[in-house]
Amino acid sequence: MKQPSSRIKTLKIDGQDVGAHEDETVLEVARENGIFIPTLCELEGLSPHGGCRLCLVEVKGINKLLPACVTYVEEGMEVTTNSTRLQEYRRTILELIFSEGNHICSVCVANGHCDLQSLAQKLGMYHVSVPYRHPRRSVDASHERFALDRNRCILCTRCVRVCDEIEGAHTWDVSGRGIEAHIVTDLNQPWGESETCTSCGKCVNVCPTGALFEKGKAVAEMAKKRGFLPYLTLMREKRTR
Amino acid sequence: MSKVRLATVWLDGCSGCHMSFLDMDERLIELADRIELVYSPLVDPKEFPDSVDVTLVEGAVSSNEDLEKIRHIRKHTKILVSLGDCAVTANVPSMRNSFRVGEVLDRAYIENASTQQQIPNVSVPTLLRQVLPVHSVVPVDVFVPGCPPSADTIHYAITELLEGRTPDLSDRSRFGA
Repeated sequence: MKQPSSRIKTLKIDGQDVGAHEDETVLEVARENGIFIPTLCELEGLSPHGGCRLCLVEVKGINKLLPACVTYVEEGMEVTTNSTRLQEYRRTILELIFSEGNHICSVCVANGHCDLQSLAQKLGMYHVSVPYRHPRRSVDASHERFALDRNRCILCTRCVRVCDEIEGAHTWDVSGRGIEAHIVTDLNQPWGESETCTSCGKCVNVCPTGALFEKGKAVAEMAKKRGFLPYLTLMREKRTR
Repeated sequence: MSKVRLATVWLDGCSGCHMSFLDMDERLIELADRIELVYSPLVDPKEFPDSVDVTLVEGAVSSNEDLEKIRHIRKHTKILVSLGDCAVTANVPSMRNSFRVGEVLDRAYIENASTQQQIPNVSVPTLLRQVLPVHSVVPVDVFVPGCPPSADTIHYAITELLEGRTPDLSDRSRFGA
């Protein structure tokens, strides 16, 4: 939350002089100034995660790349958001995400409504040059209204965060490590048997892909509704003021 | 002006990309002034010709026959185009890749067959262990994603190639579209 008393920093993003509160991230300031930085795990209204690495930017004087969603502004910072190197890295990240799971857009409920799919188009990722893994992953359709297809999960943790931070239920979490990591409900019980799930559907709507969806939706029918999130966050911020 | 020699091939796909190609409708007649369709499921010749300017490939590489075909085609083609998601990503055919070939054949021809339960093994090509996108087997020059790419997209890609340009498909097609 931006405090009125917070100090102002000045910095450059892509050569453009910008001003920002000291408690703002590079991503927030870029957006305020109409500068596009691609994101996937980030979602306005949820805490930043820094997991997908698509928002990596170059900062002059620092020889590693920094994720814009968790990098706070500093006085005199010079940020580059869209160099040839960054474009290549971002396309490679997308290729790795596509190759890691089983993303078959043509038969996906979220076809045409998917953040991963549209980013691939936007960033010019037209084919995957690394070998596909084709892992064998499970589907949990035990919930009455919703289903989870782990084949399409990219481990962004939006569902985990919205369930914990907004709904306050913390039904979702990540189990396993590295390539074995996958999302689970409660203590790795079937979703339909979860005692904490309130069936609010927030996880379904924040999911960037077709991993979480409403039952009964056919190919390309699963449009996500996210309008509630900034609204809920704004109302809570007002209340705590 | 001599005509550009165009070929289209159909590997492991549903022929939807070829249907989309036909959906160019009257534009096919305009194109016919500039191209000669030398090999295709839509025309007669049975042998892939020795020298082809542009080949559009529909479908993924699924069998030893696909593999032989695409290697031969690559040798005799100047510009190889992966047309549609099956050629570009292996798409729906690749959904069998999470399982062993034996499991897939058992499921289709034994478990789910009510009569004549037998796995075909006479005069059918052997399936590869994994279904592969075309570019993982031979170099590909142009990628046209889409399931299928629209007639407009295909028309644009072909006319750009006829003008000697590499088609920029950024606003025209995507995976699954």
